[in-house]
Amino acid sequence: MKDMAMTEAGLSPLLRVEGLAKRYGARIGCTEVSFDLWPGEVMGIVGESGSGKTTLLNCLAGQLAPDAGRVLFDTRGRGMVDTLTMSESERRMLGRTDWAFVHQHAQDGLRMNVSAGGNVGERLMAVGAQHYGDIRDKAIDWLDRVEIAEDRVDDRPSAFSGGMRQRLQIARNLVTGPRLVFMDEPTGGLDVSVQARLLDLLRGLVREMGLSAIIVTHDLAVVRLLADRLMVMKSGHVVETGLTDQVLDDPQHAYTQLLVSSVLQV
Amino acid sequence: MNAYNFAYLDEQTKRMIRRALLKGMAIPGYQVPFASREMPMPYGWGTGGVQVSAAVMTPEDCFKVIDQGADDTTNAVSIRRFFQATAGVAVTEKTAEATVIQTRHRIPERDLVEGQILVYQVPIPEPLRFLEPSEVETRKMHALEEYGLMHVKLYEDIARHGDISTSYAYPVKVEGRYVMDPSPIPKFDNPKLSMAAIQLFGAGREQRIYALPPYTEVVSLDFEDYPFQAGRADHDCDLCGADNSYLDEVITDDAGGRMFVCSDTDFCSERREAGHVGALGVEAVA
Repeated sequence: MKDMAMTEAGLSPLLRVEGLAKRYGARIGCTEVSFDLWPGEVMGIVGESGSGKTTLLNCLAGQLAPDAGRVLFDTRGRGMVDTLTMSESERRMLGRTDWAFVHQHAQDGLRMNVSAGGNVGERLMAVGAQHYGDIRDKAIDWLDRVEIAEDRVDDRPSAFSGGMRQRLQIARNLVTGPRLVFMDEPTGGLDVSVQARLLDLLRGLVREMGLSAIIVTHDLAVVRLLADRLMVMKSGHVVETGLTDQVLDDPQHAYTQLLVSSVLQV
Repeated sequence: MNAYNFAYLDEQTKRMIRRALLKGMAIPGYQVPFASREMPMPYGWGTGGVQVSAAVMTPEDCFKVIDQGADDTTNAVSIRRFFQATAGVAVTEKTAEATVIQTRHRIPERDLVEGQILVYQVPIPEPLRFLEPSEVETRKMHALEEYGLMHVKLYEDIARHGDISTSYAYPVKVEGRYVMDPSPIPKFDNPKLSMAAIQLFGAGREQRIYALPPYTEVVSLDFEDYPFQAGRADHDCDLCGADNSYLDEVITDDAGGRMFVCSDTDFCSERREAGHVGALGVEAVA
């Protein structure tokens, strides 16, 4: 009923996942995952290591082929399309334009032997930009937005600190104005003060650009700050979903209660 | 002579290579895999080019080999001798007389005509190799026409050197489809890639063949605000005075002495025979 009302109002989910499952032989990667993600919404996926968070994210982003289920994305031209059955060139085109993927380790998402400007410009050139001056201006603009000084534009990421690399990776992903961002532990491996700055930056960018995002993390503080909605996973199953504050303040499932209570209070 | 099959390779191998060549001609710029054979010379000496030459050669052909434009370098001389011994074909140093020309690193200065075949020796056929190490990925990028990465290389050139500093093996787009490595020819030669002759590219170690049929559209990649420029040394040839040929810089002593000469030896000597004399040249002996 609620869905009907929203559709009539001209709103449809950006991403609809139906019965997604991925198995590794006899073991379950993730199973029976269904949810809708609405435009402008940030969803957090939390759970311990091995709970299937990353498997799920990779299935959603088209990097792993799931065994069952559908992933419908609201494309610009054709409306809701199952990304699992679309042609590979279409899916890769999505990956360069409307989708972005932020890796946990920045070196997986960056070209380490290409300058910062080239890294940011790559997505622009991949969609056909052929004017050097424009590409460079846009790259510098984006470096500025992620708080990297303009004079570092020709330095390689190998000369950057961990936090800067992560911010560069975010700039590289957001430069083409994607509508959906997948993030895999975006703050993993960074020290707390750098984490705080990065979270601040991400929160600003997500609100400012009206991005939808799916954030996989084991860090509850990250989802508390960024996510509107939360999905808790355990052993490949979704055990609890709800608004972030609701889930964190009043956890219903035993595992969620354990997760919330195991956070150290300083 | 009778110890060898004509042009060294057995007929089945030539047939296999010709099939790859035909496929390459049908899809200009596409890298066709082929079962490269061991040749009696080391990889890097033109094993790919030699196999292609052997496959297209007929007993009536006139064969010419150049290495960096010169007919008299070790590589050129040994490949020419190889085909004299195994095919017994006529050989020449004159570009105009040759029907099959095998080349390394140059396109002859004289315009080639219909009926001629230019065979390139190619060390690395994959233009994306140093940008994307995975061969699986680069093949996918060719298949899906994802060539943004090629411009990243040019972007890096400008960011670092202020200009597109790639001066050889300059990437080109063929018929608006495949991005191709034209082998390590200087970018001075790039505009000549659209020509009347058939161009065949053989990479022996990498086991790839690709081709450009006559009059194929070949465009050098560039940026709108940094257009492609074919560069040459700002000199005239010191032997023949030519101001439009690609030049080699030759160090003549240890006190800074140098001269610039045409890298195409046939072009240079023809001009000298016609009476042209450069700054350091002497009159041709009549």
